[in-house]
Amino acid sequence: TKPCGRRSSSFPSLDPPAGFGQELPYVLIDCIGGRYGVYEDHAEFLKKYFHLIAMKEYLENKKFLSKKIRAIYMWFHKPVIKEELLQSLPNLKIVASSGVGIDHLDLNLLSRYGVKVSNTPFVVSTDTADLGMALMLASSRRLVEGYQIAVSPDTEYFPADWLGAEVSGATLGIVGMGTIGYKVAERAKAFEMKILYHNRNQRNKEEESAVGASYCKKIDDLLQQSDFVLLSVNLTPQTHKLIGKRELELMKPTATLINISRGLVVDQDALVEALQNKVIKAAALDVTYPEPLPRDHPLLKLKNVIITPHIGSATKKTRRLMMENMMESIQAGLRGLPIPNEVLL
Amino acid sequence: MGGGELPGLLVNEIGGIHGILHGHVALLKKHFYLITMKEFLENRKHMSKKVQAIYLWWHKPIINRELLQSLPNLKVIANSGVGMDHLDLKLVASFGVKMANAPYAVSSSTADTGMALLLASARRLVEGYHVATSPGMEYSEADLLGVEVTGATVGIIGMGSIGYKIALRAKAFEMNILYHNRTRRKEQEEQAVGATYCEKIDSLLQQADFVMVVVSLTPQTHKLIGKREMELMKPTATLINISRGAVVDQEALVTALQTGVIRAAALDVTYPEPLPRDHTLLKLKNVIITPHLGIKTDKATYMVTEEAVENILAALNGLPIPSEVLPS
Repeated sequence: TKPCGRRSSSFPSLDPPAGFGQELPYVLIDCIGGRYGVYEDHAEFLKKYFHLIAMKEYLENKKFLSKKIRAIYMWFHKPVIKEELLQSLPNLKIVASSGVGIDHLDLNLLSRYGVKVSNTPFVVSTDTADLGMALMLASSRRLVEGYQIAVSPDTEYFPADWLGAEVSGATLGIVGMGTIGYKVAERAKAFEMKILYHNRNQRNKEEESAVGASYCKKIDDLLQQSDFVLLSVNLTPQTHKLIGKRELELMKPTATLINISRGLVVDQDALVEALQNKVIKAAALDVTYPEPLPRDHPLLKLKNVIITPHIGSATKKTRRLMMENMMESIQAGLRGLPIPNEVLL
Repeated sequence: MGGGELPGLLVNEIGGIHGILHGHVALLKKHFYLITMKEFLENRKHMSKKVQAIYLWWHKPIINRELLQSLPNLKVIANSGVGMDHLDLKLVASFGVKMANAPYAVSSSTADTGMALLLASARRLVEGYHVATSPGMEYSEADLLGVEVTGATVGIIGMGSIGYKIALRAKAFEMNILYHNRTRRKEQEEQAVGATYCEKIDSLLQQADFVMVVVSLTPQTHKLIGKREMELMKPTATLINISRGAVVDQEALVTALQTGVIRAAALDVTYPEPLPRDHTLLKLKNVIITPHLGIKTDKATYMVTEEAVENILAALNGLPIPSEVLPS
């Protein structure tokens, strides 16, 4: 069955933009443009359906706007929602959050204020799985280092003894076999990889045999056997610092850690030490804590680390779909209809 | 072989920039008496009759008429890797010397390189790395968006064993697969990867989001991808070359990339390698170049040497050579 949320850009279920005399709903956003703001082209589209109010505008005109705002469009964790904000928005009905992760939201707090929450769970899955594979291949074959050699002004020749490690036929251990983890397994299978996985629950036999994955009830078993350990769990109190000194020491010294989940799933200081002391071979991280890392952080200097700026879902098409999903959720929430991709407590 | 002496195997050098990998020496010495070019040149009179085989590593030593004439007992030249474009096959055959390449060891590894480049280019991994690690780099997230791989169309030009392994991998990314090849593959092979044959390369170029070039370099494939072909490609398409630099018209590629005729390129091979340090390709933001990663893994390179040893031993024992290459 096709998961909901993965749609083309035509929306027969949505009403056309408001006609003459009707006011568009007021929706709070952080800002448009700049480094992390709502994309200009997305804003143009959203403005057909909503009256977008940037935080700056809101703060300048709180008296008038606070009662008008009925939804918050949270693009990559901004605007930050604290109790103070909720107290000043008496008519807030829904917060639409981009992406699948909801660890940045205080769901209890929002629930107490009667505010509904939505995310964009399925539309990000394939892009994120693709990035996991991209990081594994780039790290293993030393793609970034290779690029630097290929373009460096000092390069006179390509040395024959400069080698990477094979992905095909190696063992991949997937920690967190949800939608994203499973899609990684589907891709890895085509590289003739041996696939192990660790998950709160074991998947059923058909799912396991479709990708040739073996369940490791104990994470230790997975860590000891894997050439690549890929993290695709949610961030919860249980997965906070899931991979620490102990786990890193269980890994092979020839193994690579790939993180496409959340920075806090890994004990970052322990990771730095493990990489410096060659406890593990390398790491490839799409997520860190914080994002971005301070410019003097040791992770930025290690040769055996690839870091990307949280681009798991960063394709034009997917970001567009995320925006459209969020718009749908807000519209449904404001009309008292069932909310697509609602996040329940 | 009688006499207890191992047959002489000529290699360019051991270690160094282009030499035989140290880790492979033990395997070679088990079967052969290793002679480096330096040793050969210093002691031609003694060595020339001993050499029965040559093992080429990164196209060296260079095989020319002079060398062939000075090795009266040479029976076979084994190449590391699959490409034979650096050898004059007819010349070698005219001396009664057999030739072999190493096709099996390379296919998975090279297919992995192709996929690594496709993914890195599509998702702008190298640019992302710079943004993530550079001090004070100003950027806007909207400007760093990539293009989707899952569900996109890949056009594979050259569906030999490497091209086919790429198709197997691409299928797992739910990609739509087109291919162009001298000959059409069997129906079962096509169905196994869901690949559609494009008899005309134009048809492939017009539909593909990713054009993956995986052909051998021959007079027919020289500058196969030129101005005309790139203009047939979508402006949103990416060109990935893991075959040989000379298969692509490099000057035309520079122009195409600078003027937005195609979106991006990812090149594991160029002409020459490395490129001159002032070459435009090194400066373009929408280009990833890698230093001929091809099969550069511990595992694959070792397998290549194993394959070469097998080929050489077969030739020296008068048996059928597993991967013989005939001058066509």
